[in-house]
Amino acid sequence: MARAVVCTIYLALATTISLAYANDDDALLSLLDALNTRSFDDKAASARSIAKTEHPRRIAVLTALLEGQLYVRKKTDTVVLATRKDRGYLLFDILNDLEIGEDSRRSVKKITVNNKLRRLLRSLIAGLQLDNPDPMARLAAVEAMSASLDTDTISVLIQHDEAEQDTDVKQAIARIRTIYDLQADDPETRFAAVRAAGHDISSEVRTRLLKISESPEETPEIKAAAERSLKRIQQTLDRYAVIETLFFGLSLGSILVLAAIGLSITFGVMGVINMAHGELMMLGAYTTYVIQLMLPDALGYSLLIAIPSAFVVSGLVGIAIERGIIRFLYGRPLETLLATFGVSLVLQQAVRSIFSPLNRSVASPEWMSGSLEIVQGLSITYSRLYIFIFTLIVFAALWLVMQRTRLGLEVRAVTQNRAMAKAMGINTTRVDILTFGLGAGIAGVAGVALSQLTNVGPNLGQGYIVDSFMVVVFGGVGNLWGTLVAGLSLGLVNKILEPMAGAVVAKILVLVFIILFIQKRPRGLFPQKGRAAEN
Amino acid sequence: MDDATKNRARPTEQYKQIGTAWIGPGGQFFAKPVSKQLVDVSGHYILYLEDITVSFDGFQALNKLKLYIETGELRCIIGPNGAGKTTMMDVITGKTRPDRGTAYFGQTLNLLELSEHEIASYGIGRKFQKPTVFEQHTVFENLELAMAADKSVWHTLFGRLSGEQQDTIDSVLHTIGLTNLRTREAGGLSHGQKQWLEIGMLLVQDPLVLLVDEPVAGMTHQETEATAELLTSLAGDHSVIVVEHDMEFVRSIARTVTVLHEGSVLAEGAFDAVQNNQQVIQVYLGE
Amino acid sequence: MLTRRLMNHEWGGWVLLCTLGVLAIAVPVLNLAVPQDNPFHVSTYTVTLMGKYLCFAMLAISLDLVWGYCGILSLGHGAFFALGGYAMGMYLMRQIGTRGVYGNPELPDFMVFLNWDQLPWFWYGFDHFWFAMLLVVLVPGLLAFVFGWLAFRSRVTGVYLSIMTQAMTYALMLAFFRNEMGFGGNNGLTDFKDILGADLQSDVTRIVLFVTSAFALAATYLMCRVIVTSKLGRVITAIRDAEDRTRFIGYRVEYYKVWIFTLSAVLAGIAGALYVPQVGIINPSEFQPLNSIELVAWVAVGGRGTLYGAALGAVLVNFGKTYLTGALPEVWLFVLGALFILVTVAMRNGIVGLFRKLRHG
Repeated sequence: MARAVVCTIYLALATTISLAYANDDDALLSLLDALNTRSFDDKAASARSIAKTEHPRRIAVLTALLEGQLYVRKKTDTVVLATRKDRGYLLFDILNDLEIGEDSRRSVKKITVNNKLRRLLRSLIAGLQLDNPDPMARLAAVEAMSASLDTDTISVLIQHDEAEQDTDVKQAIARIRTIYDLQADDPETRFAAVRAAGHDISSEVRTRLLKISESPEETPEIKAAAERSLKRIQQTLDRYAVIETLFFGLSLGSILVLAAIGLSITFGVMGVINMAHGELMMLGAYTTYVIQLMLPDALGYSLLIAIPSAFVVSGLVGIAIERGIIRFLYGRPLETLLATFGVSLVLQQAVRSIFSPLNRSVASPEWMSGSLEIVQGLSITYSRLYIFIFTLIVFAALWLVMQRTRLGLEVRAVTQNRAMAKAMGINTTRVDILTFGLGAGIAGVAGVALSQLTNVGPNLGQGYIVDSFMVVVFGGVGNLWGTLVAGLSLGLVNKILEPMAGAVVAKILVLVFIILFIQKRPRGLFPQKGRAAEN
Repeated sequence: MDDATKNRARPTEQYKQIGTAWIGPGGQFFAKPVSKQLVDVSGHYILYLEDITVSFDGFQALNKLKLYIETGELRCIIGPNGAGKTTMMDVITGKTRPDRGTAYFGQTLNLLELSEHEIASYGIGRKFQKPTVFEQHTVFENLELAMAADKSVWHTLFGRLSGEQQDTIDSVLHTIGLTNLRTREAGGLSHGQKQWLEIGMLLVQDPLVLLVDEPVAGMTHQETEATAELLTSLAGDHSVIVVEHDMEFVRSIARTVTVLHEGSVLAEGAFDAVQNNQQVIQVYLGE
Repeated sequence: MLTRRLMNHEWGGWVLLCTLGVLAIAVPVLNLAVPQDNPFHVSTYTVTLMGKYLCFAMLAISLDLVWGYCGILSLGHGAFFALGGYAMGMYLMRQIGTRGVYGNPELPDFMVFLNWDQLPWFWYGFDHFWFAMLLVVLVPGLLAFVFGWLAFRSRVTGVYLSIMTQAMTYALMLAFFRNEMGFGGNNGLTDFKDILGADLQSDVTRIVLFVTSAFALAATYLMCRVIVTSKLGRVITAIRDAEDRTRFIGYRVEYYKVWIFTLSAVLAGIAGALYVPQVGIINPSEFQPLNSIELVAWVAVGGRGTLYGAALGAVLVNFGKTYLTGALPEVWLFVLGALFILVTVAMRNGIVGLFRKLRHG
């Protein structure tokens, strides 16, 4: 008995629901039919009504209308979705997007829209999007609504604002309200808006504030407030500029660290300035280029593959240089400098002959391009951010190698006192080979990073040898932390000086500074002490 | 207060002989070099090292070292590796600056304020542990370069050797037994000959104090004996400090021996007394 | 007596001096007196080219003095050369007068182009030849003195010093590339008309410049020879071979180094001043680090530590460069790179060393 009752209720419910749907469909279809009119005002009215229904297809319908995909099928006099196919049209049912056939061009009529209607549609769609669970979509919707501001949209937004959780979206709504209020007729509202506008650095707000501050009709009170707000905005912008400069400085610094750290190791262990270090970086960059040529479809992966490959390629070339030339020159650092310079010329010319003297551009994968917006008006390019992080990772890895492995222990021993290390049974030849390979490999890895910032060409490495040597000297030879601190601080100083003095003068000042610095501390920021350091 | 400290009256104007045109250590570019004649040797001691402390990265090479050298004395300094012997020489010759302490040469000269070449001009000569001679120069030229003379740039460009200086070089050549090799390039000499040449370079400088680091390393028995003879004959006119590992050699020349251990003086006295010192035996033979 | 000291066992030096003497007499005759269709005629182009080589030889000797004899590997001698060249170039610019493209009597063309309305203060005085010549000596000398004073006093040696000199060169290059510096930016100084009233394009002027270069090279050689055979020379080589030892026998090593470095820079500057009127242009690319280091290769190829060797190397390498960059441009850098490796690994004393080995068996 009870069971029968339940069944009945269930049945009744089910019927009601499907009936309700059916009614909805009918309502939507009748509203659609109302679009079939010449008057744009009538179309606008039905569009508004469509937006107000709860029908799941309403956004699709409005979008189709906006994009001009709604047609009237003359045969049935119903509204359908249509896309062009060959010479005719492919028709779809509006309610379920199913194909319902083909028709010639003459048998359908497009439902036209004008600009005013387009604006309205965008705003309506955006208003509907406000319910989207994805905050990014909601944000986009709010931005879209700002295109056609009127009392209606503002009230929709205000209403939505109360329920909104996401701060970005709330901010965007606040901005739109401010912009709207800045044009309000009521001076009180304008005044309040002008004062509130100081928190907003967007260019729309600033142009409006500027207009107000210069407008002859405005009351002096509001004008003064506008100027205060403008000043406040300027301060915020200046602050962001400082942060941006610091970031650029750190970014440049991280590149310097990458370039210098391999040099620092080889110089520390062998007292050898490897003038071909820059060219080993260039080889790393070309390795990236070649791998990208081989894997044109997998940009992101090719970059990841390039890192170990560049390490191996440059590392092997480095070992070849050590075995082929440098080992004959131990104890004669000046000769080594000249010989490695010769190597750098040969490598440059070889690359020029193989790949052409022109620069090659290496594509960046999608996740490297674009920029991260921290707050409005302050954004950081991903490529620089990733390279900064990458530098820290490389540094950490190298530090672990130096501190935690047998090789690291031996390298540190040889750095401090070669003769003693040899006496203790350390195979210094092996240490030399491996250190040189390691230093060269890191140069290759640095080249991969560089390929994401600049074009890859035979002269890529040339500019870095002086800079990276400065980092090594400034930080103290053979000291990883010194290289890190020195690289980052030189990068910072360079970028801080740049806006004041211009790029070239900044560079010259840094060079002069280092020349003077080694007067005071010839062994750098973090000197190696002890007897070994004397020689 | 120590005897030695009391004996060092300062400041004093009693120079052994006051040079004519003295332009100080910080003088102009072509200044005449400072002269060893300005060293006040009126006291009993010629070198005073007090509380000298040197540390490298936490390692204490010298630890409150206290050392006095008498005028004309021959002093041997021994000690195990790492005892601080070479560092001590570095401090005296101005190569290493101590973290703390005082070092005086004669009654008035503060060694810690002088640079290497000034210390050398005042009359402290040094022979390195590893023989360092100018390999591309002839034996004669090596001595000529070391010769006590005006060592300013200008003078070396136009200066010529006086007959007296020639004679000095000749007699030193004779002393070190290299007269026949005077035109030979120093790089071609044997290890022992290089040691001798370096000692010869000290002799032509005619210093007040000679610091000699391991003079007989790599020498034959005869050469060692001759060196011992030479060094003992030098004492008296010069103060000689010898650092050496060869105990036989030390025994043959030593009047006073100082034992360094972990950067400070462990024992000091006659060779036999030091040799029988319980602490010294422990340090050398291990606990 | 002096000659004996100077030229004893210095057969290479005799060859150098004699060659210069012959050139100084023969080239003018072959260029001016022998008609152009005669096979023995030496063209003005060749004269200029040889004059250029002589300037390079002088530059090489100046570098050899510090590197070969004192062990200071300077990677900045190209900069001293260029500074001397700029001083000369500024004089030549002032001689153009109203004959420039803009015909401005006060300002050189590039300043008119930059809309400057008056001559910067550091151009004052360059109308006078003696003043320009004074600065040819003073500017490189002063820079070397200050730089050397700072570097040597704080015991910057070896590769440190080399890279610091390279950094100095690099900084100067960046500076001279700037238009605001007032030295013509990246175009440098060019379009010279005459020197001391004589037309720079005329054959006679070219010959005079060539002969002057030959004399300057001979004088440089002899002066350096006086230095290296004096006791000063022995002190300097002593510093090269055992710096600490030299210090501990009482020499003020820093002074010697500053002195020799400054002198050498002055010589390089003079070489640059002779070079500019012959090639007719001076621009910031002369400051390129590559130029300075290439010049090390000249000295090494010829034979460091022998003055005539440096001169020989400069001429040979530059001859090779002129030939190769014309015939097989892509090969030149390979050759230069290989030369660097060769002279460090296999042939340390260069061509002179090779000859000596042959002579002594």
